[in-house]
Amino acid sequence: MNFQLTEERQMLKESLRRFFAQNQDLGLDEFWKALAELGVIGAMFSEKQGGYGGEGFDLSVVFEELGRAGLKAPLMQSGVLAGGLLTQLGNDDQQALVEQIIAGRLQLAFAHGEPRSRYLLRHVSTTAKNCDGGFRLDGHKSVVINAERAKKLIVSARTSGTFNDAGGISLFVVDKDLQGLQVHGYQTLDGVDAAEVRLENCVLPKSAMLGQEGQAFDAIEYQVARATAALCAESLGAMESAKELTVDYIKTRQQFGVAIGKFQALQHRMADVLIEIEQARSATINVCGHLEAERGSRELHVSAAKNLIGRVGRLVAEECIQLHGGIGMTQEYRLGAVAKRMIMIDHEWGDSDHHLQRFIELSRG
Amino acid sequence: MDLSYSHEERQFREEVRAFLSQNLSPALADKVRLGARLGKSDHEAWHAKLNARGWLASSWPLEYGGTGWTAVQRQIFEDELALAHAPRIVPFGLTMLGPVLQKFGNEEQKRRFLPRILSGEDWWCQGYSEPGAGSDLATLRTSAVRQGRHYLVNGQKTWTTLGQFANWIFCLVRTDKDVKPQAGISFLLIDMTSPGVSVRPIVLIDGAAEVNEVFFDNVEVPVENLVGEENDGWTYAKYLLTHERTNIAGLGFSKAGLANVKRIASAEAFDEGLLIDNPHFAARLAQVEIDLMAMATTNSRVIAKAAAGQAPGAESSMLKVKGTLIRQEITDLNRRAVGPYAMPFLPEAVEGGCNEEPVIPDYAVMQSAQYFNNRKLSIFGGSNEIQRTIICKAILEL
Repeated sequence: MNFQLTEERQMLKESLRRFFAQNQDLGLDEFWKALAELGVIGAMFSEKQGGYGGEGFDLSVVFEELGRAGLKAPLMQSGVLAGGLLTQLGNDDQQALVEQIIAGRLQLAFAHGEPRSRYLLRHVSTTAKNCDGGFRLDGHKSVVINAERAKKLIVSARTSGTFNDAGGISLFVVDKDLQGLQVHGYQTLDGVDAAEVRLENCVLPKSAMLGQEGQAFDAIEYQVARATAALCAESLGAMESAKELTVDYIKTRQQFGVAIGKFQALQHRMADVLIEIEQARSATINVCGHLEAERGSRELHVSAAKNLIGRVGRLVAEECIQLHGGIGMTQEYRLGAVAKRMIMIDHEWGDSDHHLQRFIELSRG
Repeated sequence: MDLSYSHEERQFREEVRAFLSQNLSPALADKVRLGARLGKSDHEAWHAKLNARGWLASSWPLEYGGTGWTAVQRQIFEDELALAHAPRIVPFGLTMLGPVLQKFGNEEQKRRFLPRILSGEDWWCQGYSEPGAGSDLATLRTSAVRQGRHYLVNGQKTWTTLGQFANWIFCLVRTDKDVKPQAGISFLLIDMTSPGVSVRPIVLIDGAAEVNEVFFDNVEVPVENLVGEENDGWTYAKYLLTHERTNIAGLGFSKAGLANVKRIASAEAFDEGLLIDNPHFAARLAQVEIDLMAMATTNSRVIAKAAAGQAPGAESSMLKVKGTLIRQEITDLNRRAVGPYAMPFLPEAVEGGCNEEPVIPDYAVMQSAQYFNNRKLSIFGGSNEIQRTIICKAILEL
């Protein structure tokens, strides 16, 4: 066993930490360009795909630093989810989009979840019906992150089966200006751009299909596994940041004539926070190290990690706010942003309850 | 032992329900149920309705325009209001200052201020915490220096809830620097329209401007606004805090919150059925409900033990700790219940001013914001850590 990052990843980690710390105020578009120039988007893809990374630990190094800095970038949507689906399933034309993503010239979004799907990946009610040699899409995709900035969406829709079948799900690359496609944008609690996307009579040529008809589920599950590993790393970075802020605060905040960090009751709680964050780091390492394992093992680690990260994220967010007191409740203070991110991550691709249940089902085989 | 309500108490509950069905508008109840932030006029209108019925000051004695109710009646009243999603009664004048004036105020102060709390003419806020004096409240530094017929007040208060609506603030101020901290504090009533008072909002983690900083820059306060004796303020402050804690368990809010979780889980899809039928979610829900059932009895036991009409002592710390943990757990369940729709933040969708079709279910809109907002429960009113220390000292004698 060896738990050291490779030299390249260690260097990437350090340069990202410096860059993110110094560039907290970049606008989203500038930040996206900067990520391309730094080669961060390329780190999401393998050499064969035109990048220079693409493995679990490449994702985790980048996302941990993003989480630590509390920065938002559509890297997950364009670089991991949509980009991953294009490289895995795309024909030559579709693969060509990846180069534009890596260069920072194209943003995408993955429109998959639906109002009644909750966190179940196979639960797709949006339909894609044959029409004039192409397809007609109808449905409602919910909480689609980065939909407004994206030029194209990758939309899942059902070409056969009932709403709850893993089989029969297809993917389509859809231009945002397609007739019948409506995007209603909003911000999430932690300030990320998301949207409800409605498709009504959206007519697409056959060439818009990504991969084989009705067989997209396995690729979706695999790319969501990668995204989940990245989310775990992002939450881990946020946890580290929250812990550092809190330790600094309780060392300096004076009450009853001493720094409150001198009170053993508070010390022990911070010790528990530290222990749990180390557990979160191990769970993240586990999932990143099993992304290329066979499906059963991979998904077991996905659910184990996301369950643990969800629980620890909540503990860290709540304890760090509590130990700060009122100041931890304010919007101005940095802790709030990282705490909100940790809790919102619980709602992306399955919360701790969802993954607990899924772990039970997967471990029964 | 008798856990049942008497005939009179059951009748009283019906009376409260009848009042609510006639006076609480569905539109206002919806706003409260959905977690919308209420405006000043929402609160004032609701207070006026309760006052018209003589029920606004549920904890005051009859002689001051209160209800003279028993503790059990008050609990029934609070439960029913919360379960009907009535706005909470703003506590600063009614539950905090009122009892202090009744016990320690002079006749003139009682005549002058108590009726205006009931009528809504005055909106009070609480000037306790300071940037350097939170849990260690006794080290507060806002100073009041006597100069003839007035005090000259300088300093800063913080976390002043709804101070933006208030025209009066009751403050703990330092009137003696040369004694031990608790012995040099006075309780002063300050007109916020006085020259030198300024209020600055603090935006909270959920975007709400619900607390404020209040600054005092050479504010002249007439000496007749001193409550009780100079330098005896700490006694009154502690008295106020025990009153603040009588409903600190927030049972009614927990019951309402739990009903809300059930309502949402009965609407939310889960796989091929509903969330409420999912055994994992049902187990979490049941766990909180079991805690809450016991909490209701713990609350009643503590109230019964306290002498009639008196606030409970250190036991109220127990109610605060467990009661707030339960309330917070319920806000966590509510955010879980709405699934991915816990992410969008669209307060305008439930706060009026938005006529568009809601983009997500209305019950989901404020759940994450409420989850974060309610982190305050274990921080304010004496943090849960302070409450545990009180339990260790006063009950366990450690």
